[in-house]
Amino acid sequence: MTTTQPRQGAPATGRLLQLREMQQRRSPRADFAIRRIGRLIVSLLVVVLAAFFLIHFVPGDPVRAALGPTAPAGLVESTRAELGLDKPIPQQLMDYLAALLQGDLGTSIQSGLSVTGTIASRFPTTLSLAALGFIVAVIGALPIGMGAALLARTGRGRSLNSGVSGLLGILIAVPDFLLSVGLIALFSMWLGLFPPAGWGAAQNAVLPVLGLALGPMAYLARIVQVEMIKVLDSTYIATARAKRLPQRLILLRHALPNIITATLTVGGLLLSGLVAGTVIIETVFAIPGTGSTLVSAVGTKDYPMVQGMVLVYAAMVLAVNLVVDLILITIDPRTTIAEG
Amino acid sequence: MATIIPRNPAAGSTGSASTRTRRRSRWLSAPGIAAMIGIAVLLVIAVIGPDAWMTAATERNIAERWSGASAQHPFGTDDIGRDIFARVMVAARLSLLLTLGATAMLIGGGLIIGLTAAILPKHARRALIWVMDMLLAFPWLLLVLFFTVIWDASATGAMLAIGLAGIPSITRLVYNMASSVADQDYVRAARVVGVGPVGILFKHVLPNIANPLLVQSAASASVTLLAFAGLSFLGLGVQAPEYDWGRLLNEGLGHLYTNPMAAIGPGIAIVFSGLVFTMVAEAIAEQPGGGLRAVAKASRVAAMARVASRSAAAVPGSPADEDAPLAEVKDLHVSYPDRDGRPVERVRGVDLSVRSGEVVGIVGESGSGKSLTAMALAGLLDAPAIVEAEVRRFDGVDLSAKLTAADRKRLGVELGVIFQDPLTSLNPALTIGRQLTEVPQQHLGMSRAQARARAVDGLEAVGIPKPSERLGDYPHQFSGGMRQRAMIGMALTGHPRLIIADEPTTALDVTVQRQVLSVLRRAQHATGAGIVFISHDIALVSGFCDRVVVMKDGEIVEELDAARIKEQATHPYTRGLIACLPDMNSDRTRPLPVIGDQSNEYAEVTA
Amino acid sequence: MNALEIQDLQVRYGRREVVSGVSLEVPAGRTLGLVGESGSGKSTIANAAVGLAPIHSGDIRVHGVSSVGRRREARTARRRIQMVFQDPFSALDPRMPIGESIAEGLRATGRELSRPARRDRVAELLRQVDLDPDRAGELPKSFSGGQRQRITIARALAGDPEILIADEVTSALDVSVQSTVLNLLRDLQQRLGLTMLFISHNLAVVRYVSDEIAVMRDGRIVERGETESLLSAPSEAYTQELLTAVPILGQRMELEDV
Repeated sequence: MTTTQPRQGAPATGRLLQLREMQQRRSPRADFAIRRIGRLIVSLLVVVLAAFFLIHFVPGDPVRAALGPTAPAGLVESTRAELGLDKPIPQQLMDYLAALLQGDLGTSIQSGLSVTGTIASRFPTTLSLAALGFIVAVIGALPIGMGAALLARTGRGRSLNSGVSGLLGILIAVPDFLLSVGLIALFSMWLGLFPPAGWGAAQNAVLPVLGLALGPMAYLARIVQVEMIKVLDSTYIATARAKRLPQRLILLRHALPNIITATLTVGGLLLSGLVAGTVIIETVFAIPGTGSTLVSAVGTKDYPMVQGMVLVYAAMVLAVNLVVDLILITIDPRTTIAEG
Repeated sequence: MATIIPRNPAAGSTGSASTRTRRRSRWLSAPGIAAMIGIAVLLVIAVIGPDAWMTAATERNIAERWSGASAQHPFGTDDIGRDIFARVMVAARLSLLLTLGATAMLIGGGLIIGLTAAILPKHARRALIWVMDMLLAFPWLLLVLFFTVIWDASATGAMLAIGLAGIPSITRLVYNMASSVADQDYVRAARVVGVGPVGILFKHVLPNIANPLLVQSAASASVTLLAFAGLSFLGLGVQAPEYDWGRLLNEGLGHLYTNPMAAIGPGIAIVFSGLVFTMVAEAIAEQPGGGLRAVAKASRVAAMARVASRSAAAVPGSPADEDAPLAEVKDLHVSYPDRDGRPVERVRGVDLSVRSGEVVGIVGESGSGKSLTAMALAGLLDAPAIVEAEVRRFDGVDLSAKLTAADRKRLGVELGVIFQDPLTSLNPALTIGRQLTEVPQQHLGMSRAQARARAVDGLEAVGIPKPSERLGDYPHQFSGGMRQRAMIGMALTGHPRLIIADEPTTALDVTVQRQVLSVLRRAQHATGAGIVFISHDIALVSGFCDRVVVMKDGEIVEELDAARIKEQATHPYTRGLIACLPDMNSDRTRPLPVIGDQSNEYAEVTA
Repeated sequence: MNALEIQDLQVRYGRREVVSGVSLEVPAGRTLGLVGESGSGKSTIANAAVGLAPIHSGDIRVHGVSSVGRRREARTARRRIQMVFQDPFSALDPRMPIGESIAEGLRATGRELSRPARRDRVAELLRQVDLDPDRAGELPKSFSGGQRQRITIARALAGDPEILIADEVTSALDVSVQSTVLNLLRDLQQRLGLTMLFISHNLAVVRYVSDEIAVMRDGRIVERGETESLLSAPSEAYTQELLTAVPILGQRMELEDV
């Protein structure tokens, strides 16, 4: 019986295997990147469709709901025409996509201003808040997590370790809005060190960033700690210790890269969570970012604003995930293999 | 006739009685007690709250509006003079009910969709999981806000929104767990016997994911509670005149200056409840693997080990003379703390020595202490192991004492270790070249180029083709046999005087094993190093080594010359091991001799 | 009459051909040992026989009846083959009392048994594998590795199989326990008249248990024959390679020619 020669995985001796591996060494990464970008595009399309259909999922009359029961019928009709809701749905979709491609996200029912304009003016604030929060969370979590793991393993400094563990536990359990309120009460009202609201100067940033980042930092630190312990128990660390390499080298060169993958994966999720966290922090600290706008838009049923916001936030989250994935495949060679 | 050779009862099996006590004691632990107390408190307040405090919560007292905390009003009063503490108590029922409702929705929904995904055919399953993964990429809050717009900002709307938004992550969790159960052999066995996918779901998957799922439910309840509070805080959850904790927090925030307790009061309630749910999760969890408790326990255990090892004083050894062995241990004891922190002896008084150029094999079954002995010989056992010995020396270095920098360099250069699993003994995140140049660079002071050259030499010596090209490869690009050879090559980049090989070929095919052993023997001849070869395979050890040491239950049972092992073995255990191993000359017509164990209750001595 | 016949079997995982045109016959009441290294496809043949691996082409017949496909006759034929798995620790549901795990095996007979009848049968099976029947209500974790392997054998026997496939059943066990399991298998085969397919990478163990041996490599049968004659005078170079690689007690390994 003749057997067809399959392109990959053909029964092979050691040398043939090597040869094929050398040929494929470049492509798995490119393959993976292409697949991920493909997924991103599809996800974006789905998000756009979901944002579009948002207004159609609302039970009852969305325009009436937005304007309130006492609004005059004439206003309701004119608003409906403005939003294009009187046209057939396929037509609406085409108009929506066309406008989208031109960067026009519609007009706010509430303020009458362009949605794109509102978002554009407020987005940088939110972005800087989120970025600062992320940096603080990661930079704080790594040393705390690694330190806690080392302490736990060697049994040194047990009271310090318990204290740190307890503190981390509290930070994880307390929600960010509560933490922020607490921070304001302590540092703003009682100690008078930082302003309780506003944005612009450096002092304005301290409390909001802490309120945003402390919870995720504690969560990340716990993950780092657990991963670190797992890594320290692994055989390759035993090999490194058998080579009598200095402790610092073992930690930084051998242990850290293996922790980074798990950390980054969680960190990526964290970043998405941070984006959500900015919504709350902006509300608490009265920061003029897109988050506070989103909340009031949801409350007043300002559909065009909500649609635009959802799109922008979703796109940002997807982009962040892609960046994290791309970083992962650069530093961890196994990621391409693991991906189904 | 099946000869039965008696031996000590196996230490491994745990009786069912001990599992029962362990389960009971889980609830008696600190998190368990805290959880039970917490749940009791919450239950009481939720049930009697509205009745007990309603009057105080609704009684207006304009004169006392926004007054601060006092004995009469622990949290102060609100804008129309109502007692805030009473309002917090009354709000408990609504907050908790909403939480439970949303949690039930997300766990139920996730469970159903996740299990469905597990039994769907391949393409439908992929599609479903793909959708869930996409939803997972979005932060929960955004999904919640999306649904809130659709369903209106209200208590039920918020509950629906939070419940639905949480489904993707539970789905993923359930699917992952169900898949891993489905991969197990007992599920495959059920399929062979004819159990259908639904049967497997109910008989095997659900019971095995029940516990982690319950833990996740408790954890989700905690998160859901906080999410609700957050939504109400933003004004998007419970609407006036109803109120829950989040809404009270929102109301209190505006008056943080004059009456901080108005906000902190509800905050305490929120945090308390969140912590109670977390405690419940900790208490239920059967695998506290990554939990707070496990880490604390590991730390406790390690601390005890340190105390114990400090008391084991180092005995100064006699000065080394020319005839001294390369490495030796005398009266070696190695203990490990058990679950409760008490030390259990795993190596009990072992004497072992290795001469230059000698190949010593240690044979034993699992639990015999063979690996621990070799690791102790190399000075590689650290906390939480407790190592005590009269003498522990390698090439003149006393391993019981604190090592100087020069000592460590020498050990790094002269001692090579090869572990069993080629997959995990090389660092997957570093290239082969990086790992093979470390010893030359760190300990031999070579430059990068010199170290690379030495690494290439090492790879060449172990027969890896095109070595300079392979320096840039990662371990996963090597086959198992090649990886083990690379480990030997790594030892060769130093000046090895002793190589410890711990089951180096156990995970390899028998033809690959031969290649690796050939490489090892050549390396040994080239460097004149001694080898300590550990295995469970007595035939292998006798074929490769000069001397065979047989270990059982932490003790050396016999030491034999490899070539005359069959004739010289006298100890019953050794004879038993030899007898019960089928080899190419065993008598095929008769049953194999059995090393009797107590577990063979109905053993028949057949003629 | 051949109890088990495999004809031109081809199994693919994706595009990879794992078993390429294998043909085997096992006469009733005899044991065929299948030996090979990792990647040889021997376990895949076992999986295909019990319906755990998709068959690309070829046939498997039990007493002349094809066991491939979804038809009822095929399924019934397939249930006449039962398998004992390798890892005694993952082969039993940790949350199921062992009596229930064994009772699950009764399904393969196709007969509905009343509860007392089931209990009796389980007790009988436990006795057959030299375990105390009163322990049927215990969980797997209270048993040692060797005992668990015997429980999986009992489960396989519950299906009243004609053909028993043992896939690397001793590889995860300590040497001292291995002999108990091997003796048990031989004993059961003789007493119950089972036909056995014994799969292992360990040539010495295969030799001990089997009447005939087939050597596999890269998805194909390399050589086949009566145990004694095959091992004393193999005609294929690979078989010789395998033989040379097996360490012999007390004999120094010749490694120079590698």
